[in-house]
Amino acid sequence: MSTTTPDMASVVPETEMVAEANEALSQDDAFVFEELPDAPPKQGFRMSAVGWVCTAIVLFWVAIVFVGPYVAPFDEAEYIEDVIDKYEEVDTIFMKPDGNAWFGTDASGRDVLSRVLWGARTTIGISFTATILAYLIGITLGIAAAVSGGWLDTIFSRLVDAILTFPNIMLGLVVIAGFSPYIGRITGAQFWDAIIILVALAGVVYAASVFRIARALGQDIMVQDFVEAARARGEGTWYIIRKEVLPNAAMPLATDFGLRLVFVILFVTSLSFLGLGVQPPASEWGSMVRESLTGMRFGEGGNVWATLAPAIAIASVTISINLIVDDISAQAGGSLAKKMV
Amino acid sequence: MKNATEILYEVTDLQIEARPFDAPPIPIVKGVSFDVMPGKVVALIGESGSGKTTISLSSLGYTKPGLHFAGGTGKLWGKDMLALTADEKRKMRGEHVAYLAQSAAATFNPALKIGEQVTESAVLSGVPQAEADARALELYHALELPDPDRIGGRYPHQVSGGQLQRLMAAMALVQKPDLLVLDEPTTALDVTTQIEVLKAFKKVIQDEGSAAIYVTHDLAVVAQIADHIVVLYSGKVQEQGPTEQIINNPQHPYTKRLMAAVRPAPADAANDGSSSGAFKTDVPALEVKNITAGYGKADDGGPAITVLRDVNVSVERGHVVGVIGESGCGKSTLARVMAGLLPAADGEVLLDGTPLAPALADRSRDELQKVQFVFQMADTALNPRHTLGDIIGRPLTFYHGLRGRKRRERVAEILDLVELPPSFANRGPSELSGGQKQRVNLARALAANPEVMLCDEVTSALDTIVGANVIKLLTELRDKTGVSYVFISHDLSTVASFADDIVVLYAGRVAEQGPTAQVLAPPFHPYTKLLMTSVPEMRVGWLEDIMDTQEALAGISRGVELGRVGCPFFNRCPVAINGTCDTTVPPNRTNGGHVIACHLELDQLMATDVSQAAE
Repeated sequence: MSTTTPDMASVVPETEMVAEANEALSQDDAFVFEELPDAPPKQGFRMSAVGWVCTAIVLFWVAIVFVGPYVAPFDEAEYIEDVIDKYEEVDTIFMKPDGNAWFGTDASGRDVLSRVLWGARTTIGISFTATILAYLIGITLGIAAAVSGGWLDTIFSRLVDAILTFPNIMLGLVVIAGFSPYIGRITGAQFWDAIIILVALAGVVYAASVFRIARALGQDIMVQDFVEAARARGEGTWYIIRKEVLPNAAMPLATDFGLRLVFVILFVTSLSFLGLGVQPPASEWGSMVRESLTGMRFGEGGNVWATLAPAIAIASVTISINLIVDDISAQAGGSLAKKMV
Repeated sequence: MKNATEILYEVTDLQIEARPFDAPPIPIVKGVSFDVMPGKVVALIGESGSGKTTISLSSLGYTKPGLHFAGGTGKLWGKDMLALTADEKRKMRGEHVAYLAQSAAATFNPALKIGEQVTESAVLSGVPQAEADARALELYHALELPDPDRIGGRYPHQVSGGQLQRLMAAMALVQKPDLLVLDEPTTALDVTTQIEVLKAFKKVIQDEGSAAIYVTHDLAVVAQIADHIVVLYSGKVQEQGPTEQIINNPQHPYTKRLMAAVRPAPADAANDGSSSGAFKTDVPALEVKNITAGYGKADDGGPAITVLRDVNVSVERGHVVGVIGESGCGKSTLARVMAGLLPAADGEVLLDGTPLAPALADRSRDELQKVQFVFQMADTALNPRHTLGDIIGRPLTFYHGLRGRKRRERVAEILDLVELPPSFANRGPSELSGGQKQRVNLARALAANPEVMLCDEVTSALDTIVGANVIKLLTELRDKTGVSYVFISHDLSTVASFADDIVVLYAGRVAEQGPTAQVLAPPFHPYTKLLMTSVPEMRVGWLEDIMDTQEALAGISRGVELGRVGCPFFNRCPVAINGTCDTTVPPNRTNGGHVIACHLELDQLMATDVSQAAE
């Protein structure tokens, strides 16, 4: 155990050795020391080919939301026989595609293409607004619950549990049934009342799941050292939320926004398919699918496009958004998984 | 097993590069060659960023994301691992080569039993579960794990950190690989635990006849375990040779520099306190009196788990107070009490002689400004979404009301103070190296212009040379500004070279405290002595010598018992008195400013030391 006894004599060779080494270093000019960088090289964002195609599809539909009614050959409510003379003597119900109506007509003889182009506005517009609403409610309450904890967290969390207990569509049916007497009495227009109820309904229902995510993210960030550092500095809660928590939650929330939008589109179109929500003659993709189901056959008196066109529209938007989100998350965190063959 | 003279793993002109998206490739490993013979341990040493981990991973045919093999070969039993297909690699991994990561805690799945995880790779490759279990049991015995028959049935959180590290070795060895890759397996451990793990690794490598690639920056550890050393810097081999030669007769200037940065034995490094008197005032800058603190809330109003008991520490202006002890001894809790992050259950905190409110929220902004906390992990203590300008500028605005141009100028000055260029103000933390991040972490605390900085293990995650630079910086700042430090560390050598006073904590009580030179000279508290003997020395054979002594064995292999009656160190103490030490709290023996909490008289403690020195 002699090594444990302090031996002041050994201090001398130790320092000498350091000095020697430093001297040797200063003489060796060819050998330069700099602190080595161990920071990873910045990863650029690279989208896959599929990602690009999907982005193009989504951008196409976004453009249609704005210009659809202007590029559509007919109005959404117009009967083709009223507009073009040549159809006056023809049965225009479930008419097959021709030069004037590229995707044929629906059960009432309206142009399918025009209705799909008009419908983008209602379907995507309602869904997008509802998702934004869900995010505003969900993030505010979720972060508040994560930061304050305690009884506030308990109340919000149990409330959200209650909402999530109901199947979305069931909840939608009940709420719409309950509100149906008021449709037409809120703004005076049935169309707008239906939209307001749909947006509010989808917004609240999906705010519950956004709350869950925002709360989990918030809790994760709240226990990080940099938040504790801010707290040790004496920062207030509002500063911590604004400057420390939100910037770190923004990326994952943005990714989730895409997925949530998809769910809301499916929710809104499902309700319309069941006959709730936006009513004809206003066009909405979900209700278009339902109206045209009887014509979903080949041969006489049928036009499959009347059903397929809005269905394809729904599928193309939702699948594209999904694949873009996949691409982004693969770049953000999944690249390791991709590499580990 | 193949012929022993055949090369097991042969690396020839290995080149690995990073390929950033929008820039030309950056070479990371620049033509490295070395051989690993069967049954031999090759150490790769170098600083962070030297490419040592990247090179070691090549033996598994793996690179980290963003890196690519750019040339050369890495032949395991003659098969080039770099060129194999994914399927072929998978067959080689586990059976022929296995990897042991740095953090066992992160490697084990907390939801599965240990035994299941240890045997998983063998079972997946077709070995019957019973056979794999038998093999695992054999390894538990070889690794000298306590209660080997039952340890496989426990969950990871039910065993200690050192045990988990050894269990990870069992996981790697379960398929009897020819080559084991160990990546800094003891770096994060306490000195006492490190010995326990090193000894187990050394034994099992010898028993199993596996070869190993041992990656570390710690030369003293390498001296104990390696047969051959490869010194790396900046992706190139600077020097390689047998351990004896590299340790005793280094040739390359870089190796010499590494040797110089190795922590000297604590007693040799003891700070003589010559530089510390300049700022001294009548009242200590910060003082804690009779602090008792813990977590949770018991029925009687006290903490459910008491972590600190009756701790008194006084920090003179311009002084450095080192707080040492093993993990879990309450070091960080002490700093958190001082900062107000954890209000003490009892006792008081005094700033310049005035009592502070126990809780942070009740302290004034001026009081907060004077005591700054520096967190251990710069990686997590800096918000990744802020620029350095934001990070350092915020305390300037918050405490001193600086804005706009004035704030930018001050940020540049502070960056300069921590030796970073002013242009860094626009960078984010992810664009910095580990040492640079730690300096920003310090800069943020400095920006407040504090009287006391509470540094929680600020050098522990850094390698030797970078850590030494941080210490040098702290010393310079102290000399310039008169700031005091509470410097928490489990590394006795670092504390010894830097601190004016030392507080040795054990299980939440002060075992010994006083001026550094006195604490590190006899008489010792038995625990202080255990810590000092456990610091690896840079000579071949040290590990064997230390493990020969029975008292070290007891002290190292037994765990801390929190909340024990009497002296907390009783179960590990070589000079414990039955009937006294296990029933009565030890009295404080004082000699000037030097206090030892022990039932033995100071001269008795002195005598035990002399008798052992004579052995």
